[in-house]
Amino acid sequence: MPKLNLAVYWTAACGGCDVSILDIDEKILQVGELANIVLWPLAADGKYEDVEKMEDGAIDVCLFNGAIRLSEQEEMARLLRRKSKILIAYGSCACFGGIPGLANFFTKEEIVDRVYKDTPSTDNAEGMVPLATVQVPEGELSLPEFYNDVFTLPQVVEVDYYIPGCPPPVDLIVRAIDAIATNKLPPKGTVIAGQKALCHECGRVKEDKKVKEFKRPHEVEVDPEKCLLEQGIICCGPATRGGCGGRCTGVNMPCRGCFGPAAEVLDEGAKMVGAIASIIDSADPEEIKKINKMIVDPAGTFYRFGLPNSMLRRKRKEGKVS
Amino acid sequence: MNTEFEPKIVGILCNWCSYTGADLAGISRIKYSANVRIVRVMCSGRVDPTFILKAFQEGADGVLVSGCHPGDCHYVDGNIKAMRRAPLITELLKQMGIEEERYKLVWVSASEGDKFARIVEEMVATLKKLGPFKPQGGVKKYA
Repeated sequence: MPKLNLAVYWTAACGGCDVSILDIDEKILQVGELANIVLWPLAADGKYEDVEKMEDGAIDVCLFNGAIRLSEQEEMARLLRRKSKILIAYGSCACFGGIPGLANFFTKEEIVDRVYKDTPSTDNAEGMVPLATVQVPEGELSLPEFYNDVFTLPQVVEVDYYIPGCPPPVDLIVRAIDAIATNKLPPKGTVIAGQKALCHECGRVKEDKKVKEFKRPHEVEVDPEKCLLEQGIICCGPATRGGCGGRCTGVNMPCRGCFGPAAEVLDEGAKMVGAIASIIDSADPEEIKKINKMIVDPAGTFYRFGLPNSMLRRKRKEGKVS
Repeated sequence: MNTEFEPKIVGILCNWCSYTGADLAGISRIKYSANVRIVRVMCSGRVDPTFILKAFQEGADGVLVSGCHPGDCHYVDGNIKAMRRAPLITELLKQMGIEEERYKLVWVSASEGDKFARIVEEMVATLKKLGPFKPQGGVKKYA
């Protein structure tokens, strides 16, 4: 079998996804046998010009990690889509927007002001902010445009497969590599992970869920056996896709939702509202309100990894609420 | 031509009390604004928060959910479940920049046609003041 051409690219993400590919230990040798790495800015070489010179479809598999928030990232997404036979949205940022997607709670102006003017450690008396273009004696300099919204990769280009996770766990990467190596790829659009919610594979004992008090993980000594929701800790397991093996719940941390909505779930935030509300142990409107108040930042918690992928996609700009 | 903003309200009513209550408003020939589009569900407890977000995503200006009075639920406590969801839905909507007046959970019994009409009128008036809801998401930037 001729060697595959593999590309790995990184946009709005932390870089953990690139590192996770190296986490597969000796399997990386199989990747080396299987593929020529034609582009991987983090670990290998490959210049954009080289990619541009390739014929369309010359890359067999492209692992694309990161959300899209700059015009340059959009260009690269489109370029790599054109050059790749299989484009895989790799990691939560590419699949659902991820942590960078939380920027959709703010506008571009709010972000620029905060970063360049308002933080206590900022000393910017002239009020300098980055501009897309600037005139200097030598001519015009330009930077990529910073979009108001963060987009997921599938909102920008057509994606063939999804590998979720922050970062994707080793066994899913191995599963994807094996599928590519043996040419047993699942139907297009498959999310390479579990189908059911995380609760299904979580090993904790689940009994009657009745909660009068919600707490954050640092406020409580966690019982290592019992369902975290039953202990009053907000855990996104009921709405989140499984397949991660319960990495967080296994070490007494609640699920934060990095695998995105479970199959058939349209909006993880809405499903989490339903799940959380159903365990509140009260029928008194005032007490219910009081218990609900204990949930700090519900939208940020439920959409932590998927705000751009959610039904409303971003905070409304003209909403007249605090 | 009258160009005043006419809000679109999605009214999700339970089969046993509120839908019958809205029916009674009609049978009794009580006039109320035609801004509400009614969806009948078996119980207010059936109203998945996804329905509410979906209504806003598709351009509703307000969502009105109505069930039996607490204690009168045909399924014993379906409306209590709706009641437990309401504060969290309101909070989530607020964080997404959606004014809390745009989502309302009310109790209307089968004999309260006049109350239903009044609630609709009040909501229409509030939404007219708030102005149209333009969802910012839902439409992809790229085709």
